[in-house]
Amino acid sequence: MSRPGATRPDQAGKEATWEGARDPRIVDATAEFPGPRLKRIWETKPGLLGWFATVDHKEIGKRYIVTAFLMLIAGGLEALAIRLQLSRADQHLLTPEQYNQLFTMHGVTMIFLYASPVLSGFSNFLWPLLLGSRDMAFPRLNALSYWIYLAAGVFLYAGFVVGLGPDDGWFNYVPYASKTFNPGVNIDIYALGLILLGISTTVGSANFVVSFLRTRAPGMSINRVPILTWGTLTASAANLLAVPSVSLAFFLLWMDRQFDTHFFDASQGQPLLWQHLFWMFGHPWVYAIVLPAMGMVSDALPTFCRRPLVGYTPVALSTVATMALGFGVWVHHMFATGLPTVALSFFSGASLIITIPSAVAVFAWTATIWTGRPVIRTPFLFFASMIVLFVIGGVSGVMTGSVPVDWQLTDTYFVVAHIHYVLIGINVFPVIGAAYYWFPKFTGRMLNEKLGQWNFWTMFVGFNLGFFPMHLLGLLGMPRRIYAYSAGMGWETTNLIVTLGAFLFAFGVLLFLINVAWSLRRGPAAANDPWGGATLEWAVASPPPVYNFAVIPQVVSRHPLWEDSLAEGEARSSLTRGLLLDRGRETIGTTPLDGQPNLILEMPGDSLSPVILAAGLSLVFAAALGHAWWLTGLGVLICVAALITWFWPRRVHGDVPRESAHG
Amino acid sequence: MAEAIRYGQDLPVGARGRNSTGWWGLLCLIATEGSLFAYLLFSYVYIAIQRGSAWLPDPHPSLKLAGPNTLILLASSVCVWWAERGIKRNHRGQLLAGLAAAVILGTAFLGIQVLEWSGKDFSLSSGSYGSLYFVITGFHMAHVIVGIAILLCVLGWSATGAFTRRRHEPVTLGGLYWHFVDVVWLFVFSTFYLSPRLIG
Ligand code: HEM
Repeated sequence: MSRPGATRPDQAGKEATWEGARDPRIVDATAEFPGPRLKRIWETKPGLLGWFATVDHKEIGKRYIVTAFLMLIAGGLEALAIRLQLSRADQHLLTPEQYNQLFTMHGVTMIFLYASPVLSGFSNFLWPLLLGSRDMAFPRLNALSYWIYLAAGVFLYAGFVVGLGPDDGWFNYVPYASKTFNPGVNIDIYALGLILLGISTTVGSANFVVSFLRTRAPGMSINRVPILTWGTLTASAANLLAVPSVSLAFFLLWMDRQFDTHFFDASQGQPLLWQHLFWMFGHPWVYAIVLPAMGMVSDALPTFCRRPLVGYTPVALSTVATMALGFGVWVHHMFATGLPTVALSFFSGASLIITIPSAVAVFAWTATIWTGRPVIRTPFLFFASMIVLFVIGGVSGVMTGSVPVDWQLTDTYFVVAHIHYVLIGINVFPVIGAAYYWFPKFTGRMLNEKLGQWNFWTMFVGFNLGFFPMHLLGLLGMPRRIYAYSAGMGWETTNLIVTLGAFLFAFGVLLFLINVAWSLRRGPAAANDPWGGATLEWAVASPPPVYNFAVIPQVVSRHPLWEDSLAEGEARSSLTRGLLLDRGRETIGTTPLDGQPNLILEMPGDSLSPVILAAGLSLVFAAALGHAWWLTGLGVLICVAALITWFWPRRVHGDVPRESAHG
Repeated sequence: MAEAIRYGQDLPVGARGRNSTGWWGLLCLIATEGSLFAYLLFSYVYIAIQRGSAWLPDPHPSLKLAGPNTLILLASSVCVWWAERGIKRNHRGQLLAGLAAAVILGTAFLGIQVLEWSGKDFSLSSGSYGSLYFVITGFHMAHVIVGIAILLCVLGWSATGAFTRRRHEPVTLGGLYWHFVDVVWLFVFSTFYLSPRLIG
């Protein structure tokens, strides 16, 4: 019965046998040691069970990215349907109801199911590699976050495919969305599905925050971390504070609709409460879906300029500052709601100030290119073009950030142009660029460069052709969210051009997918560091071994792989000689600011609890949708059971016999 | 020879109090749940301001049950704190007694809350005040229930001797969560029961 190493609590003197401290060894990693031993420890069991149970951040990251790209495709097809309908005046390919569902699902898909998850995917895969760690701080939470995301996507799309999709726009204003005006189940699907997604975002964010604080390699003080981690950290911290606002709004709306509460009705409650709760979340969220992407550019662009990023510290600080200000500008989405002028002026001012930190990033990238020796490869093109699109989107943003202009332009195609310049410009372009850049790390193969160039130019030309003229349509007064317009408004030619551009852009995305499909099988094999990158992920094999680092690297600068070529100072990071942590799934825990080791982290093994918990939660929500309360109860029980197993105190390393535990 | 070199300092293995990742994770949870309650109370204040003082129920919510109940909840926090102190000194009896007392007090709080609810002459759907009152206190009660469930698990594990003087992370974390739930109540209590008194 008694396990070796486990003691009774009353035998206080012997506690050290299983819980004590240890002075880890420092060794040189070789091919024989400790790699193969670590592989046995960290490997996921083959088979279906292992597939569901894995907590490997690289596996989860890839799943996130693939799922998010499927969502991008779904949202893109919806957009194409929209554009077909609008390509000519008086077109009737779609009914108004279908059109409403399409633009709503398009917005919801792109904002919630693509833009943020795709960045989580990149960060999940890359973070531990960038930080010199073996996994995220909470590997099982990571798996949970993915499974819930998947469930929420299925939940929202299940309604859509049977014709009951949400249909009041992605920000779903009341009273349109109240029961009186929208009695169907559509909005309930929206509300519950997005609460579910919010749980995924929240646990994922907590994981990033703690990973940033505690799992960096020794020596990696916070002024040495890659900017991507700053971006994701900022986004995650903001999510922790902002997501509850919108989840609450969804919940209260659902209560209003199902239990006749009076939060948002005009006679008893206050419809504007919805807009406040939505945008207090919404605006920080917009930054949450661009800051990590900007971080990817800040890290990867310098590789192609053959020099470190100009202005690391200002860029890192401006990332945080953007978000801090981002919490103070939500009202600029509500300029046209009749709020007092003082409030409007304040928020307008804040919206203009927020351009300063954004400008810092733009100048830093421009200076990096300017003073570097740019190597024009596909990722570079995507990153550099992002700067241009960011500036255009920023300018139209400043325009709508000023009250009088906004009164003129709100709810027109000008706004549609603006959001796409911002979202496609600062999310889709960097993401595709990042996919080219890190594909070798993900898969061990390079993407095809020639096709990549075609891919880029098609997307770039298509995008500008499709979206720039929308500014004009807005100025000409074409409202957004109209399913048809009559001839003679002077909008026809421009709309046709917009539609052609949209299809060209979509074709560009298709070229990317073709490139991926082709290169997965035929692409040339990638070395550890095909681009000559500066950061730790390039120090390990492509694709990385399951345990990431055979020994824990020791870091002395921001660009551990460029120390020799930059020849800054004497100290060198140590990549193949470092702490040996091999008594189970272990990695190092370091202090939040300086990155000094202060704990050996015992990491949990693979577990089915996350997927079961996600299933239980989905059952709770699906059953609540249909008022099947006993099923909701069953779901709750499943969740409780999964949580109890999850947190069951473990005395020794979960899954590895500790043969040398006392050595 | 490389084998012989050591890091040169003993590092604790696995979770260790505030040093553990679990502790930081719980702080994140508290940040996000704290925000949730902040937004809930924001909604109350926002609607209250727009509706004016006539919107409040007449008479204003009474302290007869809520006052003592607040004290009960605070007492339960003290018990949890005392329990954790027990395990830190290797007094398992104190750990068990403290946790059990906290569970009992927490349950009493719930019971009195239900009593309080049943005495209201407004309902969830009678008006926006009722909606806010029941949803916000309901959210808090849900947290109390979760907190009690956590304390029960910790109690069970303590009884089987899963924790030691130095390894008792679930006690620390469960306790912190419980304190958080209590602090939230202070805000909810002040908003619903005290603030109407201030504006007369
Ligand atoms: C092929 C690419 C795309 C095309 C052709 C396209 C087209 C459109 C059009 C025409 C609208 C306006 C619908 C209307 O107001 O009636 C729209 C709305 C929107 N799009 Fe896109 N879009 C594309 C990609 C994206 C991406 C990648 C994102 C975000 C990452 C995005 C986010 C949005 C949002 C948030 C709305 C507002 C939805 C609403 O009004 O509720 N779109 N899109």
